[in-house]
This record gives sequence, structure tokens and C-alpha cells, in this order.
Amino acid sequence: MSFNTWLPVLVLCSSLIPGLVIFMLPERATTLRTTLNLGGALLKIVLLVLMMIGVFHGVDYEFRVPLVPGLDFVLHADALSLMFVNLSAVLWLATTFYAIGYLEDSPNRSRFFGYFSLCVTATVGLAMAGNLLTFLVFYEALTLTTYPLVVHRGTEVARKAGRTYLAYTLLGGVLLLTGTVWLYSLTGTLEFIDRGFVAQAGVDPAVLRMVFLLLILGVGVKAALLPLHAWLPQAMVAPAPVSALLHAVAVVKAGAFGIVRIVYDVFGIEFAASIGVTLPLAMLAAATIIYASLRALFQDDLKRRLAFSTVSQVSYITLGVAIAGPIATIGGLVHLVHQGFMKITLFFCAGNYAETLGVHKVSEMAGIGRRMPWTTAAFTVAALGMIGLPPTVGFISKWYLGLGALEVGQHWVVFVLAGSSLLNAAYFLPILRTAWFDAPPAEWPEERDYGGKETAWLLLLPPLATAAATLVWGLLASMPGTPLDWVQFIAARKYAP
Amino acid sequence: MSEWLAGAPWMMLAIMLPLAGALVAFLLPRHSALVGLGAGLLTACAALAVMLQVAADGRQAYQLGGWPAPLGIELVADGLSVLMLAMTAVVGVAVSVYARVYLADSPDKVRRFWPLWLFLWAALNALFQAGDAFNLYVTLELMGLSAVALVALSGSGPALSGAMRYLLVSLLGSLSYLVGVALLYHAYGTLDLALLSERADGGLQLAVPLGAMIAGLLLKTGLFPFHIWLPPAHGSARAPVSALLSGLVVKASFYLLLRLWFTFTPEGQGVPLLLGSLGATAIFWGSIQALRQKRLKLLVAYSTVAQLGYLFIAFPLANLEPALAWGGSIYLALSHAMAKGAMFLAAGSIMTQGGHDEIDELDRVVERMPLTLAAFALSGISLAGLPPSGGFVGKWMLLQAAMTQGSWFWALVIIVGGLLTATYVFRVLGFAFTKSPHEHERHDVPATMEWTALVLALGAVLLGFAAPWALPLLEGVLP
Repeated sequence: MSFNTWLPVLVLCSSLIPGLVIFMLPERATTLRTTLNLGGALLKIVLLVLMMIGVFHGVDYEFRVPLVPGLDFVLHADALSLMFVNLSAVLWLATTFYAIGYLEDSPNRSRFFGYFSLCVTATVGLAMAGNLLTFLVFYEALTLTTYPLVVHRGTEVARKAGRTYLAYTLLGGVLLLTGTVWLYSLTGTLEFIDRGFVAQAGVDPAVLRMVFLLLILGVGVKAALLPLHAWLPQAMVAPAPVSALLHAVAVVKAGAFGIVRIVYDVFGIEFAASIGVTLPLAMLAAATIIYASLRALFQDDLKRRLAFSTVSQVSYITLGVAIAGPIATIGGLVHLVHQGFMKITLFFCAGNYAETLGVHKVSEMAGIGRRMPWTTAAFTVAALGMIGLPPTVGFISKWYLGLGALEVGQHWVVFVLAGSSLLNAAYFLPILRTAWFDAPPAEWPEERDYGGKETAWLLLLPPLATAAATLVWGLLASMPGTPLDWVQFIAARKYAP
Repeated sequence: MSEWLAGAPWMMLAIMLPLAGALVAFLLPRHSALVGLGAGLLTACAALAVMLQVAADGRQAYQLGGWPAPLGIELVADGLSVLMLAMTAVVGVAVSVYARVYLADSPDKVRRFWPLWLFLWAALNALFQAGDAFNLYVTLELMGLSAVALVALSGSGPALSGAMRYLLVSLLGSLSYLVGVALLYHAYGTLDLALLSERADGGLQLAVPLGAMIAGLLLKTGLFPFHIWLPPAHGSARAPVSALLSGLVVKASFYLLLRLWFTFTPEGQGVPLLLGSLGATAIFWGSIQALRQKRLKLLVAYSTVAQLGYLFIAFPLANLEPALAWGGSIYLALSHAMAKGAMFLAAGSIMTQGGHDEIDELDRVVERMPLTLAAFALSGISLAGLPPSGGFVGKWMLLQAAMTQGSWFWALVIIVGGLLTATYVFRVLGFAFTKSPHEHERHDVPATMEWTALVLALGAVLLGFAAPWALPLLEGVLP
């Protein structure tokens, strides 16, 4: 047991231990709580940088203890897991700053930040899971740790939303469990490896298609694939930092990441394509993209509109995976990161509008750009990115997705992308128009005074930082060290040379 | 020192210590709580020592007074026994710590609780180490009687009628078991389990007594449709007593059933299938009843009915996958003991705090007692079989056993049962997070009570990581 073995565990503990300690803190211990939160988030990033350097030099970070007969609990850091861990860690840091500002003076903060840290722990564990069993453990843990956040406000609406959330996610967990046990009884192993382990087992493809269906439906619930998406718009009752984190990183991304793992490291993309399961998956993703965009058009509540937008955007990742070509893989995986940054910006901004001016609806946003120019600027950048305009990162994702589809002769995908971009424009551009060009109302619904500033610093800086990141990575996409660069490194390993 | 420790008759001490404690607690009623806690800790240490002995040297036997079987009484401890001893020790210590605080303001109850509970503990430890069918009967009867007395302890109307029903069922079960024992002795001339397993040859002269014994044990375990006595008894008793009954007492008769099954390994598929079907029905019936309950303690009690059903799913699966099926079932029994114990303790704290246990009037109990609610949630996670808990490991093994042999029906039962469990657990949690329209009285709950439940529930969850150490103990015990 060397340092390299324990490093993945340390990464987990850097949010687990602060989380557990925070539960014990009294409500008034704001300074200590903030220190613990930020200290844990920063420590996690430092440890991850260490690990990235190591992985780049070929070090193997693996922690393994036996769990059930024949199967281990494995934490393993490979290029793909590091991508997701990094995304979680960086966005966790941003969201922690934001949440400290957002929840100032509200009750039950210790409970909130405690579960918040546990939720990130579950996401990080899920990212580093080295086999399907460990993935399942953290997948369920994520459900359980996010439930208290969804019902945090303790209202009747929150309780009902929590019930819907659980009904969907627990069902998903059960499907995943069934698929996992079935697969284990067929193959005798569950270890994730590049290009999958199922192909070597020599099992009847008809059975494997059933297993694939179970597994994908299981993770598809969190990824909000059609028709399993209905929990997501309801879960919007949660406080803004929770929505931001749920949408951008934790829950929906966990589902999307699960699809990536199952297709690439369980079945292997080439084998999955050969048994004919990728095309239906691609079509399901395409249907989700279009359907959710259409639904988003008709939402007046800003957070609900963003929620449907999430449903649509996350399916880009699934689409990129299911097109089954190396370039589309890059597009799908890089969108996992890009969508995270763009969506978290949008939710931060929506939270700012609600917190500062009491604005919750699109129809109330007339002229909001004059009252809150910086927030609205960040919102604009992220919204344009969602539409896919250059030079934002959204353009990079769509470019690779389109190219990848053409490379393998799936021309219909290009029409889906074009159609969805049009729809994205149709539900984002009117918001931007009314925000910037319409006259502001005489009085905002519920204005709070921040001493002449547009809003609190802690609320303003996180969206500005994430919005800036989406611009910079869009402009410098092919420089070393960008998400695109790292994703190309990953994609090369998932296809036979 | 260490040689002396290794040579001490731990198996006998595990029985004599609580027995002596019960006597002292009875004779010194003023100090009964302190005596009880002390005796409890010593008993747990003795049980742990037996476990270490068995883990190191395998099966242990101890002849009382030096007389070998069939003349004398022989105590036997193998892997299955020590797992049960350890389970009793863990739950027992937690309940003792909890009860000392819980009963502090009702002195007359304290005086009666401790002797009875220590007596029950002695009976349990004797039962888990008994090597012949008659001693098993005696310990079963002692356990039943002290359990009934414990239910009646609270003295309320529902508790007394629950205790009465429990007494009748318990006596009927023991009687049926005794008939079986008598027939066995008539047929084979011995009651020592090891000798019986050599002499038993199948046919009617084995089937009839075995049937009578199994029927009696099913009655005492509370398997559907024999469960009717269970919710009133478990739901109306004092919280520490409910924890003992649901956690340990029903496990003892299940243990006895397994012991008989492993000794005689009955042929044929009919009985296992029947037991499995009753188990499946119990899972659905118990869960649906739990969902319909308005009172928290009754919900938890019906949950016991459902979870006991899981233990019997192993019977139809054990034919092809004995190690996975029995291992899973026993692991579920262990984790249920800890989880259900913790859940009843948590329910007791909630009841003390609010003066009631109406589920839809929980009224943001999460803000007032977060630790207790965490205990409830964690034990619920283990009951529902969500990872990484002891319940998950048990259900995973059963599920794997079912899927490997393509028994889709049993797999479906296990999965749907888990979903139902999660549903009733989260129904409680949902109300615990929301404000109720009514005002309630509030009492302070001692921190010890909250922490005990939480530690026990954490144990049930962490049990999920203990399988690599616990399961090898069962090698050689399973058929």
C-alpha cells in the first residue's frame, strides 16, 4: 500500500471528511464551515493535479478491497475518470463560492453543505469507479445524497418533487443492479477496460442486447433520456446552487458518464456497434434532443426552461457516444465538460436574477441587462454557447459531432444538430432580446439592496469565471491543456488501433 | 496471560455471565441498570472470544461437567453459531446502552427490564451453541418466555394483548417443536444433532417430526401467514424491547430452522418451493402493509414481516447455488438484526421527542434530531439493499444465485421487494423533512439515545465491507 494506492481514497476523503464534520457544526460556525468547504475543494484540486501528472507519465492509481464474493471495490484513475473528476472538482469549487453567497442567512446551512459535500464525494467516486459494481455503489449513493438537497426547502412541493425524483432514480438504480448482476453471471467479471470485456465472453448477442438495454435504461434515468426525463424539471424546486450542480455535474452527468462507461469500457464501442445497439441509442438521443428543445420553447419559468434545455443538451453526449466513430466520440466527451461549464453559468445567472430581483420568469426579464449587466453578459455567453455559435465551446462540440457523423455516414445526425441549434436559438434568443433591448419595469418583483452593486461578489464571480472559461476554451481549442486536448487523448484509447 | 485467555471456557461464559448478571440485577434492583450494562459488556466480550477461537481453530465443542454426548450436555460453536453470537453481542450492547438512558425515568420498569433482558441474552447464547435437539427446545422455550414478559413490560393495553397473543403463538410453536423432538427420539434413539445427521435416513419417520419442528419454528419466526402475532407484539413493546425482538429473537428461531435443515438436508423440491413462496408473499404483504401504516412503529414492525420473507428466498435457490444462497440469506439476517435494531431505537427516540409516532405528523423532525433521522435513513438503506450496506451484499448474493440459475421469478421478487422497502422508508423521510400543520409537544432526547441508534445503523451499513471476513466462517457449515 503506497501513496499511489491511497491517492484515489484521499481524493474521495477531501470532500467526504469535510462533509461529515460540517454536519456536526452548529449553525453559527460560518467561518469554520466556509474554511472546511473551500479547503476541501482546493485540496481536491491539488490532489487531482498530482494525479493528472502521474497518469500522463503512465502511473497507475488503483485502490482495491474485496466487497462481495469474487468482486472488489475498486477506485481507479484513468484518463476518462480524471476528466470527470476534474470537471466535478472545479465546478464544485465554483458552486461552493456561489452557495456561500446564495445561502447567506438562510436556515439549515450545515445540513445543506454537509449533503452538498457528500454529493460531490459520490460523483467523484462514480468517476473513479474501476468496475461496474463500484459504479453502482456510487450511483446509488448519489441518489441518496441528492435527495435531501432536493427536499431542502421542506415545503409540500419540495416533498412531492423529492418523491418523483426518488421514484425515477431508484427505479433506474434497480434496472442498473439487475443488468449488472445479469452481466456478472454471464461474464464473471465487471472490470472496466478499454474497448470492453463483453466481447471476449462469447455470450449470445440477443441476451447481451437485453443486458445493454437494462444498463442503459438504468443510467438513462439520470441522464434524462426520453421517456425517463420527467423528474428533472420537477427537481427545480431545489435552491439554485443545487440545480446548478445537479444539472451541470452531479446527477445528469453521472448518467451520461455511465453511458460512456457502459458503451466504451463494458461493451466496447466496436462490439456494441456490431451487435446493433448503438444506432437505436443514437436515435433515442436524437429524439430526446428534439423533443426537449420543443418543450423548452413553451416554458415561461426560467429554471424550467433551462431544465428542458439540460435534457436536450445532455443527450448530445449520448449521441456522440452512439454514433460510434472516433471523431464523434471526441465531440460527445468534450461536450460532457463544455455543457457542464455552460449550464452551470446559466443556472448561476438564473439564481442571481431570483436572489437579487425576485425574477423567476422569462416574461419578467425585460430590461434586466441594464440592471445587471455583468450577470446578463455571462448569461449571454453561455446561451450563445448552447446554441453552438463560434467562438464558444458549444461550437466545438457540435462541429466534432457533425464531422463524426459524416465520417461514419450517418448523415441524418447533421439534420438533428441543425434542427436542434435552430430550436436552441428559438428559446434562448428571445430571452437575450428582452433582457438587453426591452425597457425595464418601474419596479422589480422583490429587489434586494447590495449597496449600489449589481449583486453580491460571491454571486457574481462564479458565473463570470465559468463563462470566461467557455470563451477561452472555444478560442484556444487546440492548445495543449484544454478539455479538447485531453479528450483526444482519451478517444484514441477507445478504438482498436 | 494470553494462554489463560485462550484456555478460558468462553463458550460457557457467554451463557453464564448474562445468567449471573440477571440474578444480580434481580437481587439488587437499585443498581440493576449498572449491573445489566456491565454484565452485557462482559457477555459481548465472551462472545467475541468464542468468535476468535472459531475463526482461528474452526469448530469448537465444550462438554459441561466433562460428560460427552449423548449423556452430558455438549456446547458446540461453528461459523454459523459465532456469527449469530456476534450479532447478538453487537445489538445487545447497543440496546443495553440505549435502554439505560431510555428507562432512566421509569424506575419500576428498569427493575424488571434488566433481569429479563439478561435472561433472554443467556437463552439466545445457549441456543446458538446448543448441540442437540432437546437443549435447543429448552433454550427456545426460555427465550420465548422471557421475550413475552419483555413485551408485557410496558403494561399498556395494546402491549398486554400483544403479549398474550405472542405467548399463545410461542407456546404453540414450542409444543409443535417438542412433538417433533419426541418423535425423533423415538425413531433414532438420540437427539444429538451430529449423531442424528448420521442416523437419519429419510422416509416418513424423518419427514413427520421434521415437518412438526419446522412448522413450529415458522410460527415462532413469524413467516407469512404466521406473522399475525408479530406486528402487535413488536409494535407495542418499549423501543429497546422491539429492537431485541425484531433484531434477535426471530433470528434465533430462523437459526434453529437452518440448523435442522443443514443437519437433515431434506430431499425434494416441494418444501423449499413452499418456503420460498411464503417468503415471497411475506415480502409483498409485509411491504404493502408497511406502506399503509400511519404509525411509525407499526411500519417498522411490518417491515420485519417483509424482511423475514427474504431469508426464506434462499431455500428454493440453494439446490444449485448453496454457498451463494445460504450465505446471502445469513448475511441478510445479520444486517437485518443491526438495521432493524437501529430503526426501532431511532423510532423510540422520535417517539420520546414528539410524544407520538404518527408518520404524517413528523413535522421537520430532521431539524431537531438529525442524528436520529440519519440513523433511520442509514438503517433503511441497509434494509432496502442499497449499496454499500450489509443488506446490499446479502441481496446481491441472493440475486446472483437466482440469475446464475436463470430463476427470473426469484430475481424479480428480490428486486421488487427492495423497491417497496425503499418506498416506505422514504415515505417516512419525506414527512420528516416537511412541516406539519399541527403543533406538537417537544421533549429533549438524551444524546446517548441518538448516538446509539446512529452507531448501530452505521454498523449495518459498514457490514457491507465485512463480507470477505465473515463469509469464510461459513465454510464447512453449509451443506
